[in-house]
Amino acid sequence: MKNLTELCLYEAREGLLNKDFTSKELVLDHIDKMESSRSLNAFITETPEIAIKSAEKSDLKLIKEENGELEGIPLGVKDMFCTKGVLTTASSKMLSNFIPPYESTVTENLWSEGAILLGKLNNDEFAMGSSNETSFYGPVINPWKSNNDQINLVPGGSSGGSSASVAANIGLGALGTDTGGSIRQPASFTGTVGLKPTYGRCSRWGIIAFASSLDQAGPITRNVRDNSILLKSMCSHDTKDTTSSSKEIPNFENAIGRSIKGLKVGIPNEFFLDGMSNEIIEIWDKGKDWLKNSGAEIIDISLPNTKYALPCYYIIAPAEASSNLARYDGVRFGHSVKSSDINEMYKATRSEGFGDEVKRRIMIGTYVLSSGYYDAYYLKAQKVRSLITEDYSKVFKDVDVILTPSTPSSAFGLDEKSNDPISMYLNDIFTVPVNLAGLPAISVPATLDSNGLPLGLQLIGRPFEEETIYSFAKIIEDSANFKNIEKQWWLK
Amino acid sequence: MSLDKDNVIKIANLSKISFKDDEIEKILVDLNQIIDWVDQLAEVNTDKISPTFSSFENDKGMKKREDIVSDGDYREDITINAPNSEEGFFLVPKVID
Repeated sequence: MKNLTELCLYEAREGLLNKDFTSKELVLDHIDKMESSRSLNAFITETPEIAIKSAEKSDLKLIKEENGELEGIPLGVKDMFCTKGVLTTASSKMLSNFIPPYESTVTENLWSEGAILLGKLNNDEFAMGSSNETSFYGPVINPWKSNNDQINLVPGGSSGGSSASVAANIGLGALGTDTGGSIRQPASFTGTVGLKPTYGRCSRWGIIAFASSLDQAGPITRNVRDNSILLKSMCSHDTKDTTSSSKEIPNFENAIGRSIKGLKVGIPNEFFLDGMSNEIIEIWDKGKDWLKNSGAEIIDISLPNTKYALPCYYIIAPAEASSNLARYDGVRFGHSVKSSDINEMYKATRSEGFGDEVKRRIMIGTYVLSSGYYDAYYLKAQKVRSLITEDYSKVFKDVDVILTPSTPSSAFGLDEKSNDPISMYLNDIFTVPVNLAGLPAISVPATLDSNGLPLGLQLIGRPFEEETIYSFAKIIEDSANFKNIEKQWWLK
Repeated sequence: MSLDKDNVIKIANLSKISFKDDEIEKILVDLNQIIDWVDQLAEVNTDKISPTFSSFENDKGMKKREDIVSDGDYREDITINAPNSEEGFFLVPKVID
């Protein structure tokens, strides 16, 4: 029998239902793969015992035909989701001893459909970063390497463990979170499919908060169909999250293969950047042709406030972060430094527990919210956010989706940008506006660049129109005929 | 707007984070670079524009529910991760003399 990690999620689902193999066999192959891929540093916590026990339960359910929609399917979970009884760190020293007494709604939904936890995945500390290099547990290595040299590349971030593990076939899919591009940018860097759903589609309850008005959970998978399957089981209307939507949850998989004939695709003029590489422009053009050949109409559009999205984001996200991260004070959970003075205890705990990027963002956030600066920065940014949102509402009267590159470049080398915060922030230039406007968007692998590294295209949709996005994404996927990594150099 | 060392110390104090002297120099440079960069928002005309605090369902506001107890009794779960707790309470250093 071939190694079962070569299957994708929907193939494994079929194999399990046909009794071609058991969930235990599927899970054991994935555990082997996880253990032999440790050089990628994708997992913070491996949970093989939980996985085997769950697989045995799933196999009984499959025999009795009492199976859930993801019965017996092993998945990786970003370490931002609280998992009951399993270490949950947010990749921070601050939470390096935190074992949640509760389960996040999204993971609870997955387990109730029979999915199986393989382990907890590395990410940038508190999901703040675009390269997975800010993790207390060290950087994740991208399974992709350039044709020209053998240096280690970043897997993108903040969901770098999620993207790397899926690209390396460790798990049939992974959960990520996306506050400014943290699912789509790593998906683009690793040749995987990553979707950020509409704000409110997935409950945020039990997800460690970064910027609450922007955070959203989403799936990273090896193809578009797998993505749609995983999303369906993640969503629910959750009374524990006041921003959880009560909109009907469609069977997203039905959108795969749906015709896009006559639908309209917007190409935003403002996403052409000065000095953007020809390779990015070429694949963008190719994407337009693919959609046109499938009967869609291509329309030039304008999103005039695009250039303000990143600075706007770098006020709002740190402001919300500084407030959310105030809870880490060494009193109730997490890292704690003893002192006889309470203020000294707070300061010592936070200075030791947080890494540099997290401290930077807390400082920025505190500054823009502080007396005298609130109006000039925080309130101003929220007004600019209104303008950005309005740009999108206007164009979505004329077009059904927007097509853009996912990232301004392919994956870069470890340490290449880690000393320059702004150059790191610029990675998210195409993804950030989507979070500000609360829209759904996907990154689909579209091609390899001249170095043999993946580049993704992004499709942005109207609120709650993930189905339309999936229909378009499937066409890009079929046209691109993208092939995953051939040489698994990291295996031991 | 440019920050100086005193501003950074004040913000650090509000943030309950302490920095060593050499760290202050470094974070001062980083913060000024970031503040300079976000300052470009000043050029956007936002007269008569109202702020968006959340994009949730077009900002119609959050749902509210009746203020009744529907869950609870997790005292042990809640204190289980506390570095110091006693009889179901969190322990902190003495705050009032």
